[in-house]
Amino acid sequence: MAEAETKYQQPDDKGHFGVYGGLFVAETLMEPLTELRLAYEKYMVDKDFLAELDWELQNYVGRPSPLYLAERWSRELGGAKIYLKREDLNHTGAHKINNTVGQALLAKRMGKTRIIAETGAGQHGVATATVCARLGLECIVYMGQVDIERQAANVYRMKLLGAKVVPVTAGSATLKDALNEAMRDWVTNIDDTFYIIGTVAGPHPYPAMVRDFQTIIGREARDQIQQHEGRLPNALVACVGGGSNAIGLFHPFIDDKDVAIYGVEAAGDGIETGNHAAPLCAGKPGVLHGNRTYLIEDNDGQIIETHSISAGLDYPGVGPEHAWLKDIGRAEYVAISDTEALQAFHDLTKIEGIIPALESSHALGYAAKLAPTMDKDKIIIVNLSGRGDKDIHTVATLEGINV
Amino acid sequence: MSRNDMNRIATRFELRAKEGRKLLIPYFTAGDPKPENAVPMMHAMVEAGADLIELGVPFSDPMAEGPVIQKAMERALEHHVSLKDVMEMVAEFRQKDTETPVILMGYLNPVEIMGYQEFAQSASKAGVDGILTVDIPPEEASDYVKAMKNEGIDRIFLISPTTTEQRIKAINDASGGFLYYVSLKGVTGAGHLDINAVQDRVSTIRSLTDLPVGVGFGIKDAESAASIANVADAVVVGSAIVKRIEENLDSADNAMKAVCELLTEMRQALDS
Ligand SMILES: Cc1ncc(COP(=O)(O)O)c(C=O)c1O
Repeated sequence: MAEAETKYQQPDDKGHFGVYGGLFVAETLMEPLTELRLAYEKYMVDKDFLAELDWELQNYVGRPSPLYLAERWSRELGGAKIYLKREDLNHTGAHKINNTVGQALLAKRMGKTRIIAETGAGQHGVATATVCARLGLECIVYMGQVDIERQAANVYRMKLLGAKVVPVTAGSATLKDALNEAMRDWVTNIDDTFYIIGTVAGPHPYPAMVRDFQTIIGREARDQIQQHEGRLPNALVACVGGGSNAIGLFHPFIDDKDVAIYGVEAAGDGIETGNHAAPLCAGKPGVLHGNRTYLIEDNDGQIIETHSISAGLDYPGVGPEHAWLKDIGRAEYVAISDTEALQAFHDLTKIEGIIPALESSHALGYAAKLAPTMDKDKIIIVNLSGRGDKDIHTVATLEGINV
Repeated sequence: MSRNDMNRIATRFELRAKEGRKLLIPYFTAGDPKPENAVPMMHAMVEAGADLIELGVPFSDPMAEGPVIQKAMERALEHHVSLKDVMEMVAEFRQKDTETPVILMGYLNPVEIMGYQEFAQSASKAGVDGILTVDIPPEEASDYVKAMKNEGIDRIFLISPTTTEQRIKAINDASGGFLYYVSLKGVTGAGHLDINAVQDRVSTIRSLTDLPVGVGFGIKDAESAASIANVADAVVVGSAIVKRIEENLDSADNAMKAVCELLTEMRQALDS
């Protein structure tokens, strides 16, 4: 059979994924973004840099993360075999650190001494503060006032790690506003500051760069499933907030047309209620935070507040590459409600002894629907993007328990 | 006159250049604190010496604004002031004032959602003369520029302390009306001005363009306005005005009075 199909290669040299992505920022940021793009292009093919990154990922993050067959849970669901990519076992408990290690090493090479970041759930903030402590870099984390209140433990973790957490009260005082504030800081301090964005959003080169730091997830999973099963999986499932853990798993499989790809957004109270965080399922294209992508917005183009039980999915935009994968039909995007995610949270905890993050529980919730529709010899890989220790307060409160 | 046959922005710059005077360009956010305050405020500004009005279009995520203008946008958004509403304000202003140029300043998404062409047509019909969209660099703007040009809407782009000469040329090619130099690295309302640095940059910009050059960000009072006017064709004042509106939220009259006082002082300083 002739394999004439061209390989997937995105974005173009201006950062466009089809009509999405690009570079939509205020003029002052154009130069620092060019400087960043040149450094990223240089170091991503630099042997020395890649060796340093590899060493950190193995010895500091604890990679490779296992690919674990959830045998009891699969049997219970009565369909496909479910493997979990255990990003929850990374240092700091989520996939976020793959990216912060990469960007912090890049910052060091660029001679930047001051690191800023935005955070929602606090996972990216903790991962950034951790790496900054490790490398002796100054760290400032912007966090919405609302998120500070619902993620108190992570705020304290960041402070212990020596970071300064700056509350953001503008707008809805959540993740999107923290990102705005980090951009404002960057515009003011471009000479010595490196902005570590936590997901595959933002202006070019961030969506491509963060993806490249996260594809370690998919590259490992590809090798591991070959070792376990001698073949590729039938389906991949990952939750989508900004979309970094998802693209990290998906990207190395995009040219494998027989592997189905499912991105799971947060349906919150249900898509029909309007209280959700599912731009790909229920939003429309627009421009926010430096790129063109699907957004949750009103008819005037104002961004609307989102809702999800998991702070890490509570974002009105999504990485532009997911917008493109949706439009070309390579990936399917679905949504799982708060209730369905909570059910999956409890099931995995009781049946496998693994407490998943509420974000990851959305992926699990969809896998629980998908697996029973597939034969027992089929294989699903779910990205278990983080551990749920950070969420036990949220879950306990919902159940009327005081921890 | 349908379409902007008479280009108000060019006309005003030419007139002032002939007189040897500099343009005073005040900014405020349309609908702050209430939609009905906007048109009277525009007329009052003209009365106090404004040459061109930069009308801010409220946006939920104003990434380039400091706290003062952020809050102004939040106040306007409490009344759901939309891009369409802002154009209606300009149309109302035009019933009494057909000479003072008006440009809209805002973010891309509201324009994107309306559609570039539809926006350009409605804006032209309303009597809008130009548009400044903070988050669209010329590299992404070819459709946008085409749509605006077709309807005679001038494109104003920002040039920053970090813009390279090569990009100044590209910005100049996409622009109409005037070039807007951002005098500092930072958000609106920030820090203090380095006049010498501004002077160096403006002369570089002048060597690369035939358009007039305005300077904004960080101009707070008559004194800083006058020193900027020594090097630029126009002085843009934003946060200092919005601050006066913020200090008089309970009285539209007092807000207008406070804003006009500032503009009058600045006008005198520019003309003396
Ligand atoms: C464990 C975990 N998974 C997923 C996400 C969502 O981010 P992304 O879609 O970029 O992977 C977060 C964000 O905080 C997270 O903490």
